[in-house]
Amino acid sequence: MQTDPTETRLRGLMLAALDGDAAAYRTLLAELGRHLRPYFTRRLTPAFASHAEDLVQDTLLAVHTRRMTYDRTRPFTAWLHAVAHHKFVDHVRRQSIRLTVPLDDDAPIFAPDDQADAIARRDLDVVLDTVPERTSDLIRRTRIDGASVAEAAAAHGMTETAAKVSIHRGLKSLAARFAGGQK
Amino acid sequence: MTDDLIERLATDLKPVRPMAMQRLLIGATILSTIVAVVAMLMWLGMRPDMPVAVSTMSFWTKFGYTLIIGALGGVATLILARPDGRTTWPWRAAIAILAALLVVAIVQLVRAEPEEMMPLVVGSTSLICPWRIVVLGLPMLLAAIVALRRMAPSNPTLAGFAAGIMAGGIGAWVYSFACDENGMMFLALFYTLGIVMVGAIGAVLGRFLLRW
Repeated sequence: MQTDPTETRLRGLMLAALDGDAAAYRTLLAELGRHLRPYFTRRLTPAFASHAEDLVQDTLLAVHTRRMTYDRTRPFTAWLHAVAHHKFVDHVRRQSIRLTVPLDDDAPIFAPDDQADAIARRDLDVVLDTVPERTSDLIRRTRIDGASVAEAAAAHGMTETAAKVSIHRGLKSLAARFAGGQK
Repeated sequence: MTDDLIERLATDLKPVRPMAMQRLLIGATILSTIVAVVAMLMWLGMRPDMPVAVSTMSFWTKFGYTLIIGALGGVATLILARPDGRTTWPWRAAIAILAALLVVAIVQLVRAEPEEMMPLVVGSTSLICPWRIVVLGLPMLLAAIVALRRMAPSNPTLAGFAAGIMAGGIGAWVYSFACDENGMMFLALFYTLGIVMVGAIGAVLGRFLLRW
């Protein structure tokens, strides 16, 4: 076994920690966090990159509660890698179970969630308040209440073309404001 | 968040003794062996012909076979309890020992008189023997599962199976003091069946209880 400097340093810290040295342990965990974050980020698809921090914490917790299973005579990084790998596989497995449940299948089992509806409606109000009032009403009528563009236009005394343009602009500005940017 | 966690874990740090894992598992097996021995003495009692039996080869073959299989299960459990633990040699060794036992059993049957054959194979307790081994193995299986819950098996089902083979082997060893069968083929078939049944229970328990 060739002695990699990272392995030597981490193993030294781990052996001190096993003997009860809290300062060495703190240094070790902080350094493990720095190693593990890119390790998980690289393995997660971009959509799940935000889970990397949870995985880092799960792994540090497992290192803590399972530190008895580290054999002092063997390489520390191999043990750490095994713990991190286990946590990663477990995470992916749970995630994929959740993702492969067909949403249509379980929908009828549950009664409509009134509170979720109310929250969604309130979010919708907040969002629609950011466009002009007439535009927001047109969007509400055509996209939520299910009215035709002609009906919505008639309610505001507009031509159908003008209503279409207004709805299109409103949706575009909402999309620009709420969909992009922060990712 | 992560920094808070690190701080909390560092405050919670307690020293870990060298070989802590081995101590924990061995402690659990010793305690549960005592439980199994007491259960055997109160429930079944020592075989009545014990003074004669200790001078027979069949008694010591049962004694050795079950103890070795149990020990191999224990070694496998200790290796598989680690996140980076992989092993196959204890399984190969166990199969080799079973094969050797089968050879001895066949030699015994070939030498036996025709009317002794059936008693040597099925004895008179073949239907209850595996179940008694399961009962006597359960205390150790449960103790080992409790101990393993603090460890980190990369394959919980396999680790549970290994713990079951250990518990079944030691349960069968305890039972061998109560059982007055002398057939080697009986040992190879029905003791092994009982041990494997405990192994199967261990695999199922491991699958559900040893995830981490």
